[in-house]
Amino acid sequence: MSFFARFAQNRGALIGLIILLTIIAMAILAPLLFPESPWRMVQRPFLPPMEVDGFPLGTDTMGRNVAAGLMHGAWVSLLIGLVSTTVALAIGVPLGAIAGYYGGLIDDALMRFTEFFQTIPNFALAIVLVAIMQPSITSIVLAIAIVSWPPVARLVRAEFLSLRNREYVEAARLVGQSNTTIILRQILPNTLSPIIVLASLMVATAILLESALSFLGLGDPNVMSWGYMIGAARTVIRQAWWLSFFPGVAILLTVLALNLVGEGLDDALNPKLARERS
Amino acid sequence: MKTPLALAIAATAFTLSGAHADEPRHGGTIDTIIQPEPPGLVLGMIQNDPTRKVAGNIYEGLLSYSTDLEPRPQLAESWDVDDDGLVWTFQLREGVTWHDGEPFTAEDVVFSADVFHRELNPSARAVLDHVESIEADGDHTVVFTLKQPFGPFLLSFEAGTFTMVPKHLYEGTDFRDNEHNSHPIGTGPFKFENWDRGTVIELVRNDDYYVDDLPYLDGINWHVIPDGASRAVAYENGTVDVLPNGTVENFDIPRLAELDNTCMTEEGHEYFSPFAMLWMNNREGPTEDKRFRQAVMYAMDREFARDVLWNGLGNVPLSSFGSNARFQHDGLEPYDHDPDRARELLDEMGYDGEEVRLLPLPYGETWTRWAEAVQQNLREVGINVRTQSTDVGGWNQRLGDWDYDLAFTFLYQYGDPALGISRTYLSSNIERGSPWNNVGGYENERVDELFNEAATAFPDEERESLYREVQEILHEDVPVGWLMELGFPTLYRCDVNDLVTSGVGVNDGFKDAWLDR
Repeated sequence: MSFFARFAQNRGALIGLIILLTIIAMAILAPLLFPESPWRMVQRPFLPPMEVDGFPLGTDTMGRNVAAGLMHGAWVSLLIGLVSTTVALAIGVPLGAIAGYYGGLIDDALMRFTEFFQTIPNFALAIVLVAIMQPSITSIVLAIAIVSWPPVARLVRAEFLSLRNREYVEAARLVGQSNTTIILRQILPNTLSPIIVLASLMVATAILLESALSFLGLGDPNVMSWGYMIGAARTVIRQAWWLSFFPGVAILLTVLALNLVGEGLDDALNPKLARERS
Repeated sequence: MKTPLALAIAATAFTLSGAHADEPRHGGTIDTIIQPEPPGLVLGMIQNDPTRKVAGNIYEGLLSYSTDLEPRPQLAESWDVDDDGLVWTFQLREGVTWHDGEPFTAEDVVFSADVFHRELNPSARAVLDHVESIEADGDHTVVFTLKQPFGPFLLSFEAGTFTMVPKHLYEGTDFRDNEHNSHPIGTGPFKFENWDRGTVIELVRNDDYYVDDLPYLDGINWHVIPDGASRAVAYENGTVDVLPNGTVENFDIPRLAELDNTCMTEEGHEYFSPFAMLWMNNREGPTEDKRFRQAVMYAMDREFARDVLWNGLGNVPLSSFGSNARFQHDGLEPYDHDPDRARELLDEMGYDGEEVRLLPLPYGETWTRWAEAVQQNLREVGINVRTQSTDVGGWNQRLGDWDYDLAFTFLYQYGDPALGISRTYLSSNIERGSPWNNVGGYENERVDELFNEAATAFPDEERESLYREVQEILHEDVPVGWLMELGFPTLYRCDVNDLVTSGVGVNDGFKDAWLDR
């Protein structure tokens, strides 16, 4: 069975993938469909959805087009999710690999360091980091990456611990391959599938984190994101439900889709497990 | 300049109060809100807004001010000035007692002004710098002799700024450590009763008040409710009857104002008349160029900001002097919303798209939205703006260090240009470290001269012509952006009568208030 066929066996994963592709399409098409800045005040404020042509989702407290904000926000949310996950992987994977491969003192030192981050609640740490660095896209991406790499490190370490004494690793050592080569060429490729699954879930978490930060007013003030839209709308929730509803649904769908896709990837990459489960 | 909504409310208020009996009656306690909880209640020692609101009903000044900022008798019965504008004689009311029963005399006035305020109160000190001597002439006459005439002198005696404190309790003590600070003693219509920290401050009627019949109320309870939404609910469910300005979030006001038996007034802030401004760094960057600053004025849609963000409450100012300030020059050509004119000016100066940082005021949602609107206005004429968000501490520090290009702020005007306006433009008022002086770094010798002369010119006609000239120069130079004179509405049940009768609103308003229920 091909990889995709296995993935498609999970009906939920397929739906998730479709939603995710739609959102990616939204993000890509945003500048084409709404070439104007989403910050532009274009109509009277508090226009309800479907009332005026061209404003299917209405306007916000200042007469900005909610649909434009939603589309441009998709770009921001996906971008932050992907970049911060990449950065988190870039920190977590090497640390976990080194700790798991070498073991001993190095492992102890690195794991204590990791635990240091794990004991601080994620969100609290992210708030502090963003507040210190001044809110901007870069500081938010960094903050999210810094709070989300420890699980990666632990996962990679566990994989390495179980793989480092396999015969093919022993064989590689025997033919005189260097430690770096063994880590990169022999063991790492075999840990990829759990990392990919974890990464897809991390993108979802990152999007949630960014939204939560923006909601609290710690977003980049120059960027229209979903979290910002909800944060700005929360004060008028009694007058204008649609301002927080649509971005809320967008976040829900994206995070749900990413989770479903993650699960599908898990099934596709670990066919044995999937078969046992079903 | 009221919106139809405000007009409708005003009309409702009128008809409702018209239907009531006009005879004030005694009795009843008013529940209201104080936000945030004040750090202490000794006016003169603490001058922030919540302290003024609560303690303005406990303490008094020599004068109070109408909503037109006309001086009215309070502890002083009458006053007089010699022909040179130098010697001011105040006749005090007789038979006034402090809340502990001691008589209030001219000695208390001399002590409050010459000792207490000179030591503790920077805003009173600004006035006292012009005063040569303060002397008591008998028990009920006080004579202030000035070094030179000082135009706003008669506007300086408001209770919150020039508080009368009891000499017999404070003389010779460490003022800040005085045991009576926890139980303030004033001459006002209400006496301090109890302060349950974090919950409520209770004031009760002063039965020995020197005006017969006043006050009508038995007491005032100032509730402390930290959460904005809960404060709105407290009004909706009837726990409180009066919402002083600044108690509920802006966006809640139209909703609350439409509730049954609810009246709203925009009066009662004339003395402070908060003026929202956009600091522009006159020292460096594109904002150093006058044409850039003018372009910013043309680019901003200030009417939009007032109507959409402030629910139509407030006033778009013509120029540097607000409508409640004296000597406003109304012949200047307004900076209307004109993006094309802004683009022309930017072209003319050769603006190259250099990044300009915008610092919003971290005072809540309305201010954040406002910064977004201004950011968008400026981007639309081609200015490359980047908003930087910050907290209150960061905002103070960045302005104090002049580390900004554009920044939101608002300042009180105190009725007279020499008290509340000149401080923003005088080059002598440029000093690193404070966000409240001439932060923009504007320097113009002629403006300095005119402001200084006008402060001490006498009589008023003299001042008027000097202030006209200064306004013309400022209007051309645009040292700061003039955003809006903020409207700070007070919401209250319509059966609370005569609540806002002075230029400081509820700060001394409960004296005359009465309940019709």
